[in-house]
Amino acid sequence: MALLIKGGRVLHGKKYALEKLDVVVEGTRIKTIASGGSQKGTFETVIDATGCVVVPGLFDIHVHLREPGREDAETIATGTRAAVKGGVVALSSMPNTKPVIDNGGMVEFILSQVEEVGLCNVHPFGAITKGLLGEEMAEIGELAEAGCVGITDDGRPVMNSVILRRSLEYAKHFNILVMEHCEDINLSEGGVMNEGATSTRLGLKGIPSASEAILVARDIHLARLAGTGIHIAHVSCAESVELIRQARREGLDVTAHTCPHYFSLTEENCADFDTRFKINPPLRTRRDVEAVIAGLKDGTIQAIASDHAPHPGYEKEKDFNNAPFGTIGLETLFSVSYTYLVEKGHLSLGELIKLLSFNPAQLVKLDYGVLEEGGSAHIAVIDLNAEYSLSPEDIVSKSKNSVFLGVPLKGAVRATIVDGKVVYSAF
Amino acid sequence: MTKETSKKKNGTQEGRIWAHKDLLALKDLSAREIELILDTAESFKEVSQRSIKKVPALRGKTIVNLFFEPSTRTRTSFELAAKRLSADTINISKSTSAAVKGESLLDTAKNIEAMNVDAIIIRHEAAGAPKILADAIAPAVINAGDGAHEHPTQGLLDLLTIRQKKGRIQGLEVGIVGDILHSRVARSDIWGLTKLGAKVTVCGPPPLIPAGIEEMGVKVTYDLSEIIRRVDVLITLRIQLERQKGSYFPSIREYARFFGIDNEKLQGAKPDILIMHPGPINRGVELSPDIADGKYSVILEQVANGVAARMAVLYLIVGAQSEEE
Repeated sequence: MALLIKGGRVLHGKKYALEKLDVVVEGTRIKTIASGGSQKGTFETVIDATGCVVVPGLFDIHVHLREPGREDAETIATGTRAAVKGGVVALSSMPNTKPVIDNGGMVEFILSQVEEVGLCNVHPFGAITKGLLGEEMAEIGELAEAGCVGITDDGRPVMNSVILRRSLEYAKHFNILVMEHCEDINLSEGGVMNEGATSTRLGLKGIPSASEAILVARDIHLARLAGTGIHIAHVSCAESVELIRQARREGLDVTAHTCPHYFSLTEENCADFDTRFKINPPLRTRRDVEAVIAGLKDGTIQAIASDHAPHPGYEKEKDFNNAPFGTIGLETLFSVSYTYLVEKGHLSLGELIKLLSFNPAQLVKLDYGVLEEGGSAHIAVIDLNAEYSLSPEDIVSKSKNSVFLGVPLKGAVRATIVDGKVVYSAF
Repeated sequence: MTKETSKKKNGTQEGRIWAHKDLLALKDLSAREIELILDTAESFKEVSQRSIKKVPALRGKTIVNLFFEPSTRTRTSFELAAKRLSADTINISKSTSAAVKGESLLDTAKNIEAMNVDAIIIRHEAAGAPKILADAIAPAVINAGDGAHEHPTQGLLDLLTIRQKKGRIQGLEVGIVGDILHSRVARSDIWGLTKLGAKVTVCGPPPLIPAGIEEMGVKVTYDLSEIIRRVDVLITLRIQLERQKGSYFPSIREYARFFGIDNEKLQGAKPDILIMHPGPINRGVELSPDIADGKYSVILEQVANGVAARMAVLYLIVGAQSEEE
């Protein structure tokens, strides 16, 4: 049952050294990482990674799998297939399904589907409030026991401050990450894109950055009050980055993730009323893109997640006001991040991989993101020199609503290994 | 101007050169193209004054009015324009379209396209809806107002009216007063006027002045008296009475007090100031009745010019198709 990955440059150890080594996997564990030619014996599977890098598989902390309820947009099977194509070995699914994941039974359903499909690992998030209504706390203890690693009402914020305060306090006891979608829904009501010169020109209702920043500021105050941490989802604007930076300087356990579209695209992408670019929070300005990149560089933002949000074509074909928010992103998570952060000289490969694997896994205390002897065999093999541009036919997700269609990208995932098993191979 | 201009452009080669399949926004047109439409419209004004108000330019062409929002003025104006060019017209409103049965905009349009029509004139409450159609179907798509985005033919008829009265657009000072945020008319007027060299200032209660409007090449003021003294043209916009519920201003009464135009506020204005309004007017709100009907008002000329401007647009766009064929 042994697997040999030979000839690649391996990003290994906690220091992420990049060296030409061979990796031997036995069962679910990495047996050895050693120089080439030293591997004796026969291997059931051999991956020739010459010309590729061998890196820790990615952990995507923000994914909408849509099952149960919207199986026409995505299923656990198609979503996890998209994940492994993107080098993602584990992901956190969001609870805004129909019905909402706000009780242990729903968590068990998801985990049983995941096991049946058998591609990547899924560590679900449950709801903070019952039915995501923002009114009553969900049974957080039961959710944690059933396997949830975090809670969130993602898609909307917990607007009532006292409910969020009590939820933060209560969740402490269960050692579970509380993640907020920051948006003042009164300020953003009816908005469909960033508020500014572009929304004015197009006659579309804007969502100001302040809508996000106000809730980030409030949540920082609530975390301080509750004596807990809080995790801010999909940071999109400069004001939020600065608030989080200040809070961390103060020593608060405020953490955050952003998404590839917030460091690569701007509101100008909406200029042709192309609904693929209707995303919440909205694509902002060049200044915000730069602030998000600065936040990734200085550690203000610890993780990159896709916020994979599939929608069927007929829904995105509606007019801009009526089309749903979101873009898919699992399959391009690495490529876009690599193209816009490493190729442009902002981060090293090791720094990027940390943002895509080790850091988000640490937020929910999971063991991903390090290749070392004796460690779990969660691995991605990536050809950094491969250039491609995504076309709808390439997409394995059930929905094709990607903002990166036709965009030249660098870095293609060639193989993904979860718990020692090759779940994706494009060699 | 213009007899000379009209003669020159009327039916000449120059008048038939048109590069666009659709008319979605004045933003997309060059100054030269806008002037071509205005010149063509001048020549069509005369047709509407004949006892037999018809020319055969679009005989055998089919034009569909697809109106998802209520409209009397614009729909009638387009219909008259098409009929005076001898086109066949069909009106589809939201209540008579399959939209009420849940059919998508795209499906409705593709069904109409399948019946071999030549142009679809669309009004829709959503900004960008005409663009969805234009990208998806072969017939010409003409935007008759999409959300708060643009209302290009209203912009054209406003330009036509100003040019007739003032003899030029270049160098004029134009004020636009009212609900700029929600106004597609304001946006088309701004593009058209600035492209032709006018200086535009927008004015209204601050919550109704949208973010970054300066980037469209206009100045902003909240003080009506400041612009009244210097403008050659004052375009007033209709205020949707339901806006006060959205906390944009406290009451219609207070709006009228600070931004409604009456004789007193016009003290100090240029003696030949033009007062315009796209209609329908809320009398006593945007304009006092004596101003709406008074000597500065060119509101009914705007309506008359609407037919001519739309004839020009249909002639250039739909007529150009037959040139290609």
